[in-house]
Amino acid sequence: MANQKVMIVGGGLAGLSAAMKLAELGVQVELMSLTPVKRSHSVCAQGGINSVNDVTRQQGDSEYLHFDDTVYGGDFLQHQPPVKEMTDWAPKIIDLMDRLGVPFNRTPEGFRDQRRFGGTLFKRTAFAGATTGQQLLYALDDQVRRWSVEGKVKLYETWDYLGPVLDDNGVCRGVIGQDLVTMEIRAFPADAVVIASGGCGLIYGRSTMSMVCTGAAASRTFQAGAKYGNAEFIQVHPTAIPGADKLRLMSESARGEGGRVWVPRKPQDPRPAKDVPENERYYFLEERYPKYGNLVPRDIATREIFNVCTYENLSVEKDRLAVYLDLTHIPKHTLDIKLGGILEIYEKFQGVDPREVPMKIFPAVHYSMGGLWVDYDRSASGGLVPGSPKNQQTNIPNLYAIGECDYQYHGANRLGANSLLSCIFSGLITAPGIVNLLKGSKQPAESLPSSLFDGARKEHQAKYDRLLKRPSGGENPYLLHQELGHVMTKAATVVRLNAPLTAALATVNELAERAERCSLSDTGHWTNQNVVFTQSLKDMFPIAKAIVQGALARDECRGAHFKPEFSMPGLDGANPAELKRQAEQWCDRFEANTQKWLKSTIATVNNGDVVLSYEDVDTSLIPPRPRLYGLVGADIIEEVWKSRQAAKSAGAPGNGATSKPAAKPAAVH
Amino acid sequence: MSDSHDNGHEAGRSTFEVRVLRQDSPDAPSYWERHRLAHEPDMNVTSVLQRIAAQAETIEGKKVAPVAYDANCLEEVCGSCTMVINGKVRQACSALVEKLLEDHPDEIELQPMSKFPVVRDLCVNRRRLFRALEKLEAWIPVDGYYDMGPGPRQSDTQQELSYPLSQCMSCGCCLEACPQYGKVEVTRHPGETDAEFTVRENATYDVHFVGAHSISQVIYYNMHPTGELNADSRLDDLMEPGGIQVCGNAQNCVAVCPKEIPLTTSIGRAGRETTKRMFRKWFDQ
Repeated sequence: MANQKVMIVGGGLAGLSAAMKLAELGVQVELMSLTPVKRSHSVCAQGGINSVNDVTRQQGDSEYLHFDDTVYGGDFLQHQPPVKEMTDWAPKIIDLMDRLGVPFNRTPEGFRDQRRFGGTLFKRTAFAGATTGQQLLYALDDQVRRWSVEGKVKLYETWDYLGPVLDDNGVCRGVIGQDLVTMEIRAFPADAVVIASGGCGLIYGRSTMSMVCTGAAASRTFQAGAKYGNAEFIQVHPTAIPGADKLRLMSESARGEGGRVWVPRKPQDPRPAKDVPENERYYFLEERYPKYGNLVPRDIATREIFNVCTYENLSVEKDRLAVYLDLTHIPKHTLDIKLGGILEIYEKFQGVDPREVPMKIFPAVHYSMGGLWVDYDRSASGGLVPGSPKNQQTNIPNLYAIGECDYQYHGANRLGANSLLSCIFSGLITAPGIVNLLKGSKQPAESLPSSLFDGARKEHQAKYDRLLKRPSGGENPYLLHQELGHVMTKAATVVRLNAPLTAALATVNELAERAERCSLSDTGHWTNQNVVFTQSLKDMFPIAKAIVQGALARDECRGAHFKPEFSMPGLDGANPAELKRQAEQWCDRFEANTQKWLKSTIATVNNGDVVLSYEDVDTSLIPPRPRLYGLVGADIIEEVWKSRQAAKSAGAPGNGATSKPAAKPAAVH
Repeated sequence: MSDSHDNGHEAGRSTFEVRVLRQDSPDAPSYWERHRLAHEPDMNVTSVLQRIAAQAETIEGKKVAPVAYDANCLEEVCGSCTMVINGKVRQACSALVEKLLEDHPDEIELQPMSKFPVVRDLCVNRRRLFRALEKLEAWIPVDGYYDMGPGPRQSDTQQELSYPLSQCMSCGCCLEACPQYGKVEVTRHPGETDAEFTVRENATYDVHFVGAHSISQVIYYNMHPTGELNADSRLDDLMEPGGIQVCGNAQNCVAVCPKEIPLTTSIGRAGRETTKRMFRKWFDQ
């Protein structure tokens, strides 16, 4: 493997775990990041990281149940083998992070403490106060620093990725990067490239994401020919603090530690929250979802909070939408030890102590379940083939994607505390696959003709020069970004309707054209943030279009994608016979919808247009079943569903897991 | 409750002024520039800089390039947006305009940190800060990343001691406030390669003060049961030129730390442990 090297784009949890594992395996690594890696967006993750553990295991939990919760929570839209592999690895990953020094909270006996998160009934989540993402990132940053001192990893911090370099056969041979200080554009030959660039929340203007989460790196890869999967699945987090520049996350762990969501029964009750007596409070999540209570999956909590504030007019404020998230019944010392970090954020930004006064929160765009399409190699046991170069590879040979920018693990809705897991897992498993890829490659990228890299570099240089020379008096990129955020937030978040989506698509297309006519207020060649922002703004549009087109085309409700025109309401029959008949109809409709829509949306860029197609999902391990959280008549539907499944498996060999053929030719069955 | 915002608004504050100390490049002179902004509810200094970028025009009506600044998480956990605001070093994201104007009516003053080389405007080069972490071996020296079971068991009291130190986001506030931490600027010689420059830059940084943040990190890693295995090596690093002996005990660091990390406690402990280490080394000889 002499002279071979790997370029990683992005230094969050995924990029850093891939870097450290590759370095351990003896591969020379380069890593390009918009910010010093220690300042990556992973620091914003608060609540924790999931795995089955010794305690939950004795309560009946298993890797399989973590797997089941993840696919059920994700409404069955993710391929199951990678998820199974991830949940199998989860306990080992937390052990590893523990060894790397992450200061996980401890029990009095000295074991790692665990808390409960949404979409599960087990306390599966390990945590380090309420800054778990920051602590995990720092531990990985430390390891990469160690490798960097040894010369095994070379960091290019404050560099922007402009796109991959593809040879005549469409194989990735490196990347083009731009130094954000000197503005130099340079080619980096690489034998494999890993995109680990995170989410695309800035397409929505304000979100819980950091300023670097523009989606530009993923979009540049998409525009270079990579497929983009399930773009329309954008998670809106139920609880965030509204702000002028950002919607700051208020972690699910606040509810995991006992936080309760409520509104006064009297609309806009003028009394301070603490003076509203218990019987005049509407704990709407607890009342509507007695089993999961405040810890229903995120898409459901978000819709309920949204509905309570809009359709039911129960917002706690007159001119702003918000509900109470109440921690005031929990002892202060417990709050400080377990949630200190997020309570300080609330206090600093709102000037109110959430230990004394219930917080006011509202949903905000938070995570992209969709992302770059990546492959996997299914093993005989239904997991992944370890060390296969196919795992996490995009459709462009030698080009990989990991972490939030891939589409692989979360389906239609991500469960809380699964993102840190999927980032670290995808980073770790990619490394041995790349080692095997490199073993099979004949010519190191460095020895390829320099014309390949010069040509690509010159193309990007010319594009950049053209943008700098745009005449003045054109569009203002910052104002266009605000408009884009506004239209996306209005049409493609919690509730999606076809008429507004059609209008939004026209607006997005028009904004995209206007973005081509941007004028720069800075035309200099030194730390020009104006041109860097404008470049990423232009690259937001292909993904924005994929989101809106995908949402428009998908006429159903699935996870975070909620289209009331196509929702399947609960049962209202007056007697058992009628209820039974309705349940049968409900199940018929569910099966028909599964046939039609249990598919990944695949977007590609064709002559500048975003084109959609669909791919089957591998649901060969856990047959899809109705997601019935809180639905009226759920017990009857479940009964009907189970008897149908039993009838089917009686007529089929094996365990009945035969709902659909696997999307990929399974090696063995 | 939370309507203090509205009170400020009602006081008739429809606009306010922002004075920014700008500098076009590392070797250019600095100059002040004034901007006037419309007052909006819930503003912080980051949103002020966003508005300045969007309007790109000074108070005198002169068209100017946007003010360059660093920012990322906007919730005070990444450390990017550290700058000097109304004379105090802090993060721009958590500097709320309403509060700033209460203390200092009608004007906000922004300057880059003075202890790091200016790249442009409010952006500074803080590589020296990360170099100190390299020099002091700020990591847990694990054997590798294969599955070896869980980490060492630790008491909750131990976790409660180490967790505050682990929240250091390398923002640089403690260094800006420190009288012993001077600015070190290394500029590239013509024809010098990336690698040659890095070697010379590191060598220069390594003889200057490492600062409170990294001393505290030594204590953090030395507290950890695995990190402790090479505690002596870190203490030795801390006794080299630019090490703990440079600290003048001004205690400014702890006063400005946005995460309220007990930096002076760490420094005190590092002082005692380096002394013990020194004696041990004498007796071992």
